[in-house]
Amino acid sequence: MRKDMPCCRDYTCRKEGGSVKKKRWSDYLWIVELLYLFLGLFNILFAWLGMLFFTIPLLIAVFGGGKAYCNRYCGRGQLLGLLGGRWKLSRNAPPPKFLRSPWFRYGFLTFFMVMFGLMLYSTYAVFTGAPLKETVTLLWVFKLPWQWPEVGMVAPWFAQFAFGFFGVMLTSTVLGIVTMLLFRPRSWCVYCPMGTMTQGICRLKHRKEAASYGRTSQKDSGASETSGQ
Amino acid sequence: MKKSLKVASIGRECVACGCCAAVCPRGAIQIPYGIIARLDEEKCVGCGKCAKTCPAAVITLVERREAL
Ligand code: SF4
Ligand code: SF4
Ligand code: SF4
Repeated sequence: MRKDMPCCRDYTCRKEGGSVKKKRWSDYLWIVELLYLFLGLFNILFAWLGMLFFTIPLLIAVFGGGKAYCNRYCGRGQLLGLLGGRWKLSRNAPPPKFLRSPWFRYGFLTFFMVMFGLMLYSTYAVFTGAPLKETVTLLWVFKLPWQWPEVGMVAPWFAQFAFGFFGVMLTSTVLGIVTMLLFRPRSWCVYCPMGTMTQGICRLKHRKEAASYGRTSQKDSGASETSGQ
Repeated sequence: MKKSLKVASIGRECVACGCCAAVCPRGAIQIPYGIIARLDEEKCVGCGKCAKTCPAAVITLVERREAL
């Protein structure tokens, strides 16, 4: 162990005022994510609950909570972190450059929104009388026939949205797990559309700060200019 | 406390995911307003845990500039 790594040697840092992290209730939100995926298999209509994972982060970002969702409450991020970190399923290599580029991030966001729009359109089509398609589309191509539909009690468009939405959630989970295995545990967070959107909102809301934080490396900002709060 | 020789340096392409702040034993990283991760160099002990977890690989360890 190198001399300049005190906190890995004997927890010097903790003794000298570093934080010992206590578990909070929000550290267990990965259970919610697992439960969601499980409930979706049980009855597709539970897919609607996933709208919470869409609206909560946006609302937090819009109403001034910054990226608190990503930093504290995202069950998916925690799940990927656990699988890749604690369970050591991740190869733990930095993702390739293209995956980390803004082009890919914003490109993926655009692609995602287009697919989301198409899903809304098919919901609308069913609303206006097209037959319900009881399939969940994985990775936008593979159609999984669903064995447990039981959607008789609701309007067909309501069920169609559930099928489409669960496809979106399942697809992003699969992508997240694949990049977790190949690269770092939370590589998905680099191109996660929710993460990109919330950061975009925060940047727009705090343009002034964002501009000054642009100079963030040690080279071109004063060493004493620190946390910015 | 003796200053470490290394200190973390966070690049602009940070996606503000918060992985680094979660692993930092000194609580040296914060994400003000959800814009980008910011480092408190006074607190950083240069352990490199943040650099190892950052999924966007934007953190590097650099030599501390001033020998305080
Ligand atoms: S970037 Fe996406 S997956 Fe990662 S913590 Fe934020 S919302 Fe969750
Ligand atoms: S190098 Fe260690 S102490 Fe410094 S910010 Fe990273 S995790 Fe925290
Ligand atoms: S882990 Fe990397 S991308 Fe995530 S907040 Fe920290 S510096 Fe930014």
